[in-house]
Amino acid sequence: MNNNSMITIKNVNKTYDNLTALHDVNLDIKQGEFIALVGMSGGGKSTLLRLIAGLEKPTTGTVDINETETKSLMRVMFQEDRLLPWMSVLDNLSFGSKDKNTKAHAQELLELVELGDYVDHFPNQLSGGQKQRVALARALMSHPKILLLDEPLGALDALTRRKMQDLILDICQKQNLTTILVTHDVEEAARMADRIIVMKDSTNSYEEDCPKNRNAGQIGIVADRVLGEILEEPTLQKQTA
Amino acid sequence: MQKPIALTNNKKSIRLPVDKILPFLIPIIVILFWQVSSSLGWLSSSVLPSPMAVVQDGIKLTQSGELPKNLSISLYRATVGLLIGGGVGFILGFINGMSNTCRLLFDSSIQMFRNIPHLALIPLIILWLGINESAKISLVAIGTMFPVYINTFHGIRSVDPDLIEMGKSYELSRSQMFFKIIFPAALPQILVGIRYALGVMWTTLIVAETISASSGIGYMANNAEDFVDMETVILCIVVYAVLGKISDLVAKSFESLLLEWQNTGRSNV
Repeated sequence: MNNNSMITIKNVNKTYDNLTALHDVNLDIKQGEFIALVGMSGGGKSTLLRLIAGLEKPTTGTVDINETETKSLMRVMFQEDRLLPWMSVLDNLSFGSKDKNTKAHAQELLELVELGDYVDHFPNQLSGGQKQRVALARALMSHPKILLLDEPLGALDALTRRKMQDLILDICQKQNLTTILVTHDVEEAARMADRIIVMKDSTNSYEEDCPKNRNAGQIGIVADRVLGEILEEPTLQKQTA
Repeated sequence: MQKPIALTNNKKSIRLPVDKILPFLIPIIVILFWQVSSSLGWLSSSVLPSPMAVVQDGIKLTQSGELPKNLSISLYRATVGLLIGGGVGFILGFINGMSNTCRLLFDSSIQMFRNIPHLALIPLIILWLGINESAKISLVAIGTMFPVYINTFHGIRSVDPDLIEMGKSYELSRSQMFFKIIFPAALPQILVGIRYALGVMWTTLIVAETISASSGIGYMANNAEDFVDMETVILCIVVYAVLGKISDLVAKSFESLLLEWQNTGRSNV
């Protein structure tokens, strides 16, 4: 493992009975890097994320995390908010936290996601976007070094989605989090990620480095090129910034 | 939430809590009609004594101490039977819900036993335990065990797997997983089982006390039947109805208290 690497995936294969979900995946993710995994459904994006999260084990190959206390340093945010409906917003944040100053820290994070006044609310009193913001705050409670995002914005409307993208980007940059985002939306990937990995036929078939401080035009070109790789469209693949 | 209606007379408005009055409307009308029918002689007291006669009989039996004594013994049997049956049902539901091995080992046998009507066991229970307290408590326990078992088992088995996975990603221990996720998620279903068990509890007790007892409300009714004492027979039926209603109210209060989050809505977004 490279000293600068946070996550190293070597020769990973994952099969379910006779179905191959991942085939010979090799990936090196640097500390503080924002990676987006994109591709068609069934391409292996979510399976790879679940292997990194430790929710499943690879059939062969290794997933190495460059930290000792791996789990508490890694948090997953799912497409569904997965908030506990019987707990208040504050209790949902404190859930599973080993922090001694839990309440103060939870309040601070709720302010960060602009939900400071919703401490005592129950999840069914919140909108979809608010729930996802609580889920994001909960993921940040234990000061993770790695944030795994499994299509967390998939169910949100366009405006809320854009706001959440900005919020996640801002938090990830300020806290220097190593982030892996699984998404179907190539524009979202081109807007947020430092590097886009295309998962196709159960392996990482293509990579695209995104320019820093990109403008809307560059985002569009990167998104077109990535889409061209996914759909195997030569005209899109040749797009240049 | 109460929906008050306003009856206005130019200066003052009187508010009536409709939600609280409506549930009592039909019973009040029935009792009034019943009393009027008895007073006018439409109903013979040998067929159905008047409500006033039943109330007077209740006062007399309370003053003599007969009603409180039989009521307390019935309550004792019901409570102990429910605690034992509900407790066993919960433990079996819990272990079978949490462990596949236990489910494979126990569930099939429990389901087989559950399909025997528990009141059909009365002759066997009397032969084994006689007509003492343990016989009646055992019957109530058997009757209440299955609703609690079934609902606890299904409540635990149907916990959202996404929440379990989320708990795993937070490295919760088995006990934390149970107390923070599985039990609260299964609680609404468990409370349904308890509410159902309360109904079964009274039904079982009535039958058990009618067939084999020397005390209790069922015995009182049976004894009154022997003396063609219609007032006491009706009084016992009313007492059972009131006890059933009180049990239901207690169960509802527990639901409101423990499932407060279900009553919250999207009021502040």
